[in-house]
Amino acid sequence: MSALAIRLDELTKRFAPDGPPAVDRLSLEVPGGSIVALIGPSGCGKTTTLRMVNRLIEPTSGTIALGDVDVTHRPVTELRRDIGYVIQQVGLFPHRTVAQNIATVPRTLGWPSARISDRIAELATLVGLDESMLDRYPDELSGGQQQRVGVARALAADPPVLLMDEPFGAVDPIVRARLQDELLGLQERLRKTIVLVTHDIDEALKLADRIALLNIGGVLEQYATPDELLRSPANAFVEQFVGEDRGVKRLALSAVRQLPFEQGPVVPIEADPATARAAMAENRSAWLGVVERGVFAGWVQGEQVQDGTRLADLPRYPPAGRVTPSSTLRNAMEVIMNSNTSVAVIDDGGAFGGVVTLEAIRAELGLSGADPETGAPV
Amino acid sequence: MSVTTQDRNPIIRWDYVVDQSDDILAALGQHLELTLISVAVGLAVSAPLAALALRYRWTTSAITGFTGFLYTLPSVALFALLVPVFGLSRVSTVIPLASYTLLILVTNIIAGFRSVPDSVLDAADGMGLTPARRVLSVQLPLALPSIITGLRIATVSTVGLLTVAAIIGQGGLGRLILDGLRRAFWTPMTVGALLSILLALVLDVLILWAGRAATPWARKAAS
Repeated sequence: MSALAIRLDELTKRFAPDGPPAVDRLSLEVPGGSIVALIGPSGCGKTTTLRMVNRLIEPTSGTIALGDVDVTHRPVTELRRDIGYVIQQVGLFPHRTVAQNIATVPRTLGWPSARISDRIAELATLVGLDESMLDRYPDELSGGQQQRVGVARALAADPPVLLMDEPFGAVDPIVRARLQDELLGLQERLRKTIVLVTHDIDEALKLADRIALLNIGGVLEQYATPDELLRSPANAFVEQFVGEDRGVKRLALSAVRQLPFEQGPVVPIEADPATARAAMAENRSAWLGVVERGVFAGWVQGEQVQDGTRLADLPRYPPAGRVTPSSTLRNAMEVIMNSNTSVAVIDDGGAFGGVVTLEAIRAELGLSGADPETGAPV
Repeated sequence: MSVTTQDRNPIIRWDYVVDQSDDILAALGQHLELTLISVAVGLAVSAPLAALALRYRWTTSAITGFTGFLYTLPSVALFALLVPVFGLSRVSTVIPLASYTLLILVTNIIAGFRSVPDSVLDAADGMGLTPARRVLSVQLPLALPSIITGLRIATVSTVGLLTVAAIIGQGGLGRLILDGLRRAFWTPMTVGALLSILLALVLDVLILWAGRAATPWARKAAS
């Protein structure tokens, strides 16, 4: 039952018969198994749109289909049991233990109790809740733990679709970042179709496969992948909304593995001094990296590489930090800024995987950022 | 008063209490029974009134206004008015007493239901709970602490008011008090007064305990 697409077609909502629309002829498709973020300023109708999917709000006109089925053709309570729902205030039942909260939908569906308790244990592991939490009441939990329970409760009956309304808005930034990472980890495994409402562009960029940016009155300004949104904003509104630092934001969206391999001023430890000096000169580097049996072994000072020295005899300095192929360019930038060598070494599962330089990062952003028609500024 | 009268009419004469124990226990039993019936009737009437006020907000002021008006009626007057209709009967006793519980019960039921956070209701709806299930398994349990508080107040004040019903020949322990007053014989009056105080305290504690047992989450959260 997973990977069900959601299609909104000409969806409109007016709260007063002749008032302005809260959502105005919104059409978009949420591909099955992907995360779509609805984002925009207050009054853009993002929450209204979300709540029309599980019919907490009924549309004035237009349709919503889950897979091939129009949501209005299904009994509303049955429909909602197929759609996980997570909200900012969590809304746990304070009179029910954590386990009972998680069991809400399975119990409604009449699952046998053995299956329910198995499922509770499974979900607790999945969302990172300690078993000892299960018999507690929600008020005894921290905000982050409560939101984990909220997610577990929404996933209890394994619904193909998950709706999340500012799910991490009420927790502190550190917990929020962790919960976001955990959601991405969950999604790797579960491949739900997730619609996420947020007002935080960084959250949208981090979590979403596609972002729908809405303007006041429920007008869709742009629907694009995070990279597209940052690279080519459709209009001034989008540009302003994503912020002036969109170049820096894009750093967080690209991974080190997308860069072409670069050897940098790095040579095998057996290399002769001439080869070593050539590598440094080519990279305009005052430092020389050495690789021993395929593993990066440290940096040596360039001026110590004289005729007749063996590289293995020179004192070595460990790198300031390492990046992996899956690190973001933003992480790589951080490492570069903190190192004397101006280069970040890539650790590819233990083996030397090349280096990242500022030039390489700039080239990556510049290459994919250049507008072929108008010509990007250089 | 002479010393001898004092000796024969102290605040309490234990031999009389032992002698009349059957009568005293019957009065206590009747007091308990009429209290429970009155509060039960009050609750049965309050529930739909509160439901109406919760469902249609505009009826709230009319309903609390009406129950507030009932509460202002003097009890003796109300008993007296009902006797020509229902005689010196239990019905004439229960109607006023139940009426007096309406204000506190309706108010507390409404307050209890309105105290349920919107986010909890939103989550309940979002998970596909049917309206009936939402009321029974979410709203009612969460309203319970407030309803229990209302029941305690209603019960304690009913125990007290019931003594007044002795003037129409009902009233359980009130009958002992009235009897003692009429005869200027202190023992039945003291027994009736003490037992009604004791009954009020015991019922209050019992409802408190029952309420705590029914709302374990509220205690944990407070601790």
